[in-house]
Amino acid sequence: MSSEAKVERVEGRGCVLRGDDIDTDRIIPARFLRCVTFDGIGAHAFEDDRLQAKGNHALDDPRFAGASILLVGRNFGCGSSREHAPQALWRFGFQAFVGESFAEIFFGNCVAMGLPCVTLPRAELTRLMDSVDLDPQQRLVLDLASGTITSKLGTQAIAMPDGARRQLLEGAWDATAVLLAGGDAIDATADSLPYVRGFAA
Amino acid sequence: MLSPGIMGRSLLDKVWDLHTVRELPSGQTQLFIGLHLIHEVTSPQAFAALRDAGGAAAGPPGHHAGGAAAGPLGHKAGLRVRRPDRTFATVDHIIPTDSQARPLGDALAEEMLQHLERNCAEHGIAFFGPGSGKQGIVHVIGPELGLTQPGMTIACGDSHTSTHGAFGAVAFGIGTSQVRDVLATQCLAMARPRVRRIDVAGKLSPGVYAKDVILAIIRRLGVKGGIGYAYEYGGPVIDAMTLEERMTVCNMSIEGGARCGYINPDEATFAYLRGREFAPQGEAFERAVQWWRGIASDPDAVYDDRIELDGARLAPTVTFGITPGQSVGVDEPIPSPADVPADERAGIEEALAFMALEPGKPITGTPIDVAFIGSCTNGRISDLREAARVAQLGTVAPGVRTFVVPGSQEVQRQAEAEGLPAVFRAAGFDWREPGCSMCLAMNPDKLRGRELCASTSNRNFKGRQGSPTGRTLLMSPAMVAAAAIRGHVVDVREEL
Repeated sequence: MSSEAKVERVEGRGCVLRGDDIDTDRIIPARFLRCVTFDGIGAHAFEDDRLQAKGNHALDDPRFAGASILLVGRNFGCGSSREHAPQALWRFGFQAFVGESFAEIFFGNCVAMGLPCVTLPRAELTRLMDSVDLDPQQRLVLDLASGTITSKLGTQAIAMPDGARRQLLEGAWDATAVLLAGGDAIDATADSLPYVRGFAA
Repeated sequence: MLSPGIMGRSLLDKVWDLHTVRELPSGQTQLFIGLHLIHEVTSPQAFAALRDAGGAAAGPPGHHAGGAAAGPLGHKAGLRVRRPDRTFATVDHIIPTDSQARPLGDALAEEMLQHLERNCAEHGIAFFGPGSGKQGIVHVIGPELGLTQPGMTIACGDSHTSTHGAFGAVAFGIGTSQVRDVLATQCLAMARPRVRRIDVAGKLSPGVYAKDVILAIIRRLGVKGGIGYAYEYGGPVIDAMTLEERMTVCNMSIEGGARCGYINPDEATFAYLRGREFAPQGEAFERAVQWWRGIASDPDAVYDDRIELDGARLAPTVTFGITPGQSVGVDEPIPSPADVPADERAGIEEALAFMALEPGKPITGTPIDVAFIGSCTNGRISDLREAARVAQLGTVAPGVRTFVVPGSQEVQRQAEAEGLPAVFRAAGFDWREPGCSMCLAMNPDKLRGRELCASTSNRNFKGRQGSPTGRTLLMSPAMVAAAAIRGHVVDVREEL
């Protein structure tokens, strides 16, 4: 992913993962964090949930195979700050998340990777999930510029905090370059802080 | 006197404004980070990204933080760490708690530790490793070394960074890409959170602890109630707490969904910091105290939301489910799905099925297989003292596995000086070396199969403690020690 890349829309099929408060330990169990790169981590997305579901997990549902938009519930990605969670989901094939709400660190990690997390009110989300469940082959179009998602249901208004939405739309989601451009102002701020100066007289 | 129309400001607003480098085109703030703590799990990919960020991506030409071969260390490409003097490292998640001898028994863990050692050496970052005498859980050592101070912004690639808010710091847990950002720029791009003031009134009863306070807050506000908010904790119960207790409260802010949690600095904060290795010394300390006082929220600060809890009504609290918000007072029955709002029903049903607990039954009497005392939530010396006070009343029940894990080598030394390991061992508890241990099972300490663990840690998620089907009941150190002795959940107030 390049920092030049503007993220304006994500198109593709949806995958319906129901349930609230799905935490990052479930998305990627801790034993797969024993690594020094993210390579290969996509294969372990939701591994323990999938083993226990014995094939009945959304990520193993052949109807959703190849989906690029994951539909989730409330407070998705809560818990551990591990970026391994969105890394695993992205490497599994998801390029965007639509849910009722997202835990903040997960959301921030996704923005830093150029992955949109957008929200729908619960009733609207349930309608969309039901529609994708009934017709998993339908094409979803998530359009950040217009703030909409389009499906067989028509067009629904999605929400996303404006700062993050603009980072994606302007291709400024790889924050390192943006922050480096702060240049001397970073040092000026640092030097203005008494504790950075050691509380010198 | 304030001129009319000028409203008091919260600590969050003051710290935010002081650390603002500039407003970004996205509308977010470029925020200077005063202290960056790193560990072995979330940093290797960030250092690799720095290395890979050669040439074009390395920032404006000629700027001292960017550019190939720009650094004094002579890197052939990539970005260097901008403020190694404000970056500190330790190893905690993967370290075994039976022996810290090298090489570590798990080759993957040893590789992660070696990566951290190499990255710190290459970039001139202080590393508190196993042989340093200062190793420990990152959120335990930051405060005990005096690195964590009021008015700072703090970041760490770990969600429990909120712990440091106990000192009146604004402390964010971040992911690996943001670790890279902080390494390269000592800044984060962030949106300012709203502030919710949470007052805990009254006085806690004996046997009720800081852990019970934060579990009760999360039960009341929910695990997503804090999204978009910083939590400011205050009121008589918080004011009366030691800094270690305040750390327990702030630690679990993230479990309530808050971006961070903090407590205004006061005399107890200053007394804790005086004389610590990295705290200001001598006259500089007195100047620091003056500045720290000014950082606290103004008495007339305006908040986006306020709630109050009555501390006197709190009981020892125990989770029964698979989120930290699913808890009951130890004297209450396990709730039924019928008792909760319709859109929470499925969550309760899923929780009870996973936990194999019956609605309507008391939580007391639930048999346990494992007892874990430790973690960044409850692995400090005062936690071990409270657990030991209970431990000396009996011996561990047959068949219960136990782990008592000091949060740091300093906590370990202090406990040894007080004779706590002997108390635990005499009662049949397993006293171990410092680390994250069974909180998250990235090391050999794990649940097996369907084991049920009484745990002082912070998360009862499915599979959190290392067995995909393992079960966790969160509670205070005294409650865990009592459960270990009785072999089932008990009300510690009846044991003391």
